[in-house]
Amino acid sequence: MSTASVVPGTPGVEEALVEDQNLRGGKARRVKTRLTSRAATVAAIVIAAVWTIPTLGLFISSFRPETDIRTNGWWNVFVNPQFTLDNYGEVLFASGASSANLLSYFINSFAIAIPATVFPIVLASMAAYAFAWIRFKGSDVMFIVIFALQIVPLQMALIPLLQIFSQWLHISGTIPAVWVAHTIFGLPLVIFLMHNFISEIPGDIIEAARVDGANHAQIFLRVVLPLSVPALASIGIFQFLWVWNDLLVALVFSGGTVDVAPLTQRLAEMVGNFGRNQEVLPAAAFVSIIVPLIVFFALQRFFVRGLLAGSTKG
Amino acid sequence: MTLVSIAGLPAAARGDLLGQFLEKFGLVIIGLAVFAAVIGLILFIADKAPKRGRDVIQLLLFVAPAVILLAVGLVYPAIRTAVLAFFDARGENFIGFDNFVWMFTQPTILTTILNTLVWVALVPTISTIVGMAYAIFIDKSKGEKVLKSIVFMPMAISFVGAGVIWTFVYAYKATGFEQTGILNQIVVWLGGEPQQWLLVPPWNTLFLIIVMIWIQTGFAMVLISAAIKGIPTEIVEAARLDGANPWQSFWNVTIPGIRGTLVVVVTTISIATLKVFDIVRAMTAGNFNTSVIANEMYTQAFRQGQFGQGAALALILFVMVLPIVIYNVRVLRKQREIR
Repeated sequence: MSTASVVPGTPGVEEALVEDQNLRGGKARRVKTRLTSRAATVAAIVIAAVWTIPTLGLFISSFRPETDIRTNGWWNVFVNPQFTLDNYGEVLFASGASSANLLSYFINSFAIAIPATVFPIVLASMAAYAFAWIRFKGSDVMFIVIFALQIVPLQMALIPLLQIFSQWLHISGTIPAVWVAHTIFGLPLVIFLMHNFISEIPGDIIEAARVDGANHAQIFLRVVLPLSVPALASIGIFQFLWVWNDLLVALVFSGGTVDVAPLTQRLAEMVGNFGRNQEVLPAAAFVSIIVPLIVFFALQRFFVRGLLAGSTKG
Repeated sequence: MTLVSIAGLPAAARGDLLGQFLEKFGLVIIGLAVFAAVIGLILFIADKAPKRGRDVIQLLLFVAPAVILLAVGLVYPAIRTAVLAFFDARGENFIGFDNFVWMFTQPTILTTILNTLVWVALVPTISTIVGMAYAIFIDKSKGEKVLKSIVFMPMAISFVGAGVIWTFVYAYKATGFEQTGILNQIVVWLGGEPQQWLLVPPWNTLFLIIVMIWIQTGFAMVLISAAIKGIPTEIVEAARLDGANPWQSFWNVTIPGIRGTLVVVVTTISIATLKVFDIVRAMTAGNFNTSVIANEMYTQAFRQGQFGQGAALALILFVMVLPIVIYNVRVLRKQREIR
């Protein structure tokens, strides 16, 4: 399976995939290892409830009329059910300086996330191919440096990178600046993950292509990339969500204007003014998390794989 | 305004949105096209490289874009940050260890560092324990997949989104008014006084930490659950036949069987926790003594223009993550030797 054994010392990854198959095949017949069954069941239900209720409450709130949100809690819908789509209309479409304007930010989030996913994945695949299949001196050292870079906190790069963007490249506060920043910050992990996958491609396949006279560019395009589609999908989903959910990079490089800033940044601003935005915040939050939720529920298997693989992202 | 009235939006507003959309769409297309052209050119040159020394040229062309970007955008800035930590606010005058003296003498910064330590002590341990307990409790139960999704879901959404969700859980209304936050409502139902959960130190930090635990538990649970299922059935059965009770089999079979995964889970969550930023930024912006290093670094460097102090905080963060980086690199090297 594609991204198996990608994180060093992560036995979990391969087993997660085994588990996948078990669940699918329905063959997970195993010995019972429960602790004390009844207490365990109660504890599991409590945990499941604590993990669901906050999100559920916000979801219900997002459909409640303005005055209801301000004056009482979402659980009152069970006594007095009243629903409206006004909040969503308000945060998405209302025009005016003080309105949420989320549709614009929604567009920004996509405009940022799509290239910021494509760029690092393509560049990383090329580099990973070279590290895995072209022998050269110092390749091991270089690879380990790149691996170590993925854990270096972003914070270490922010100030000088912003200076480079604003003083040399003059792109600070534009969408391309956010693309480049995300590409750079994404590269170490994506190179590492793609390398783990590409280096597992059987040597015979590469060798056969070489014997047929193909050079590296041809092998990369015609052999390696097509074989890497599953890995590209998992890692791509993960990078996309990482970019979509990011706040720090956006805050530093986007400049925060309605032309550039993504949803997360706008949402953070709105929470900062909780009193004034209380009635539209639930709807705004759902607008910002709807894409990750769709990705999560529709592509959970890929998502789990990408997440397990990407667990050391920094 | 209702959804129906969207169609009745002023033409200007609609045109503006459409215009915005087209403009961004165009920008994305141009960006992707330029990128494709550069990559195409690189591959073309590699394809046409002279036979002699072709491997070397192709190799250079393949790694060059990534390596240049990393060198300019990550390695150089990281070194520069380390240097800036010893300079003044604008990065002009060398001031030795003054930024660090400032850091360790300012009560607010000391609180920030202390908070970060509390975060990194609590989040990985509690997330791992709750995640492990849950994984064991629901193992092989009916609807295991759904039960897993429930706890895993917060992992998909943004920290900011999670922050909003919990801001509502913690919402406060004065005594006598109807509560809007579920937590205070429960307190009131139990006969207590509503609390301002996010305003009173040091407890407010704990309420922020709960949000991070809420997010990270799913990650711990998924990895640990997978590891538990990877323990060979024979061993589990043998323990049972030997008369081990569930508790003994947990300590003597399950724990040794998942030790490697536990290490990965704890180190991964520790790194994420050390760098936690969004939750604090969105929920309290670091006010009321809730700041953490990553948030303070942002505040100092990008809000106050104190680049030197911001860099010094980033360096402290790096020093805290460093042991984990070294550990992971050693594991990686061991793995590559085995191959």
